[in-house]
Amino acid sequence: MNLWIAYWNIMVKDMRTYYLKPPNVSWGLIFPLAWTGMFFIKSGSALEGIPLLLPGVVAMSILFGTTSLLAVTVTFEKKNRSFERLLLAPVPFELLMLSKTSGAILFGIVNAFVPVVMASFLMDMSQIVWSAFIPAVLLISVASTFLGLFIAVAVSEVFEAQTFSNFFRFPMIFLCGLFFPIEKLPVILRPLSYALPLTYGVDVLHGAVHGGHAMPFALDLFLLGAFCVGLFAMSLWNIQRKWIL
Amino acid sequence: MTDVIAVEGLRKRFAEVEAVSGVSFGVRRGELFGFLGPNGAGKTTTINMLTGLARPDAGTIHIGGIDCTVRSREAQRLIGVVPDESNLYPELTGFDNLCFCGALYGLGKAERAVRARELLDTFGLSKAADRKFGGYSRGMKRKLTIAAGIIHKPQILFLDEPTTGIDVASARQMRQLIADLHRTGTTIFLTTHYIEEAERLCDRVAFIVGGRIVRIDTVEHLIQPMQEKHVVQITCVKAPDDMQGDLCESFPELECKALGKGLIRVEADEPVRVGPLIRFLEDRGAEVSEARRMRLSLEDIFVRITGVEVDAMRKEKEKAGGGQ
Repeated sequence: MNLWIAYWNIMVKDMRTYYLKPPNVSWGLIFPLAWTGMFFIKSGSALEGIPLLLPGVVAMSILFGTTSLLAVTVTFEKKNRSFERLLLAPVPFELLMLSKTSGAILFGIVNAFVPVVMASFLMDMSQIVWSAFIPAVLLISVASTFLGLFIAVAVSEVFEAQTFSNFFRFPMIFLCGLFFPIEKLPVILRPLSYALPLTYGVDVLHGAVHGGHAMPFALDLFLLGAFCVGLFAMSLWNIQRKWIL
Repeated sequence: MTDVIAVEGLRKRFAEVEAVSGVSFGVRRGELFGFLGPNGAGKTTTINMLTGLARPDAGTIHIGGIDCTVRSREAQRLIGVVPDESNLYPELTGFDNLCFCGALYGLGKAERAVRARELLDTFGLSKAADRKFGGYSRGMKRKLTIAAGIIHKPQILFLDEPTTGIDVASARQMRQLIADLHRTGTTIFLTTHYIEEAERLCDRVAFIVGGRIVRIDTVEHLIQPMQEKHVVQITCVKAPDDMQGDLCESFPELECKALGKGLIRVEADEPVRVGPLIRFLEDRGAEVSEARRMRLSLEDIFVRITGVEVDAMRKEKEKAGGGQ
């Protein structure tokens, strides 16, 4: 059986059904725009402050876009039982969940480049180390999507998915060094920062955009990749345990 | 004939409740097998275990010779599943839903489009092909769900309550479609609480109650001994109380049972003489409007074997899933 056909069609179906809907597209555009504007005005640092803001806005756009959509769509499909149709298909479970998450990963990547495009009118983009920036965007998107999947498996109602994802997302804004350096956090909170995947992705983004990173790119990317694998494995284990009774 | 589905000692427990308790049966290739029982008997749990949606606590399942407890994904290639509730995508059109389901089984773009059109035509849904599934009527949804279950031409089809909650005309059409599928050689595993539906369609049936199979046999074998019984149903417009008790006392050779207000069923091993019965009832103030010879059905056998009242079972199901 050609598994690629199943993989591709699940991804395309999700993109058409959920991600390319006008409310989601507008969310993907307005959300980064609003945050960029807010931080830009708040910092009062004129145009030279943009490189410092861009990594945080990029990370946040990915985080909010992917976790929201994946957690809600998977919970919705579980609720209306259409997820069962996927579980009945002769597709390896890991591939099935990869195809289910691929659309959200792509959505996250597209979301990430909205603030980048906006920033391109306001700052010199030639200083960005794209060879680090792009893998970081990809891995943040993967990690955030798998976090969304992890949330989706933990809840049974769509509204619970939103509430539960906020429980993770909002603390991450402050703990992962998006807009405030981790060194400025109270000492007691710092270990928590290093237990969150976004910290490593944001560190790469800061380094790639303005050179202010705490750890080597390779280590950051490796740890972020490890989080991706861990979150995916944990979600699969949870789905098999909770949904295939 | 070989068993294309072979189940041995299947068990499943949910907390304190044992939903399926050591169920064993085999379904032969090309057979239409009915799995009958009241709500909560363990029908859907059994189907879920057979199709890979639930893991058995104990027992073995072989589908097409494949051990499903080890290689359930492989077995899923051979089967099509039509659940008791439509589980297609409300946002997609009928045509897109079918194409998507075809893609899940690896059908190429052209092949699944051709097959989808063919099925839409067979199920009389061609005109609704480009309408969103969410806007379909209940009967249309059911038909499209069955079409989705057979888009990949499975060897074995699991049909869970296919006619529940749809109108009489659609249910009739659905039964015809199931019979047609059976004729093409598809093995069908059917659960239903409409016993007369099983009687009409199935080659063999299993009665399941409280997670246990209480009887498996061909419909013919189950009905045959009862066919020798003579049954008369008497309808009274006005009926005095406790007619059953009076009749049983006065006609000990007959087995009398009050079925409802003014309805009495009389069974005997010899032909029933209705004259004395009618006179007896009218002498006690009853107005007999009809006395009809009846043929015992699978439904009667089901009630005798399982002790489950079919009317109560039907009402319960219809309350949950909408009336037929």
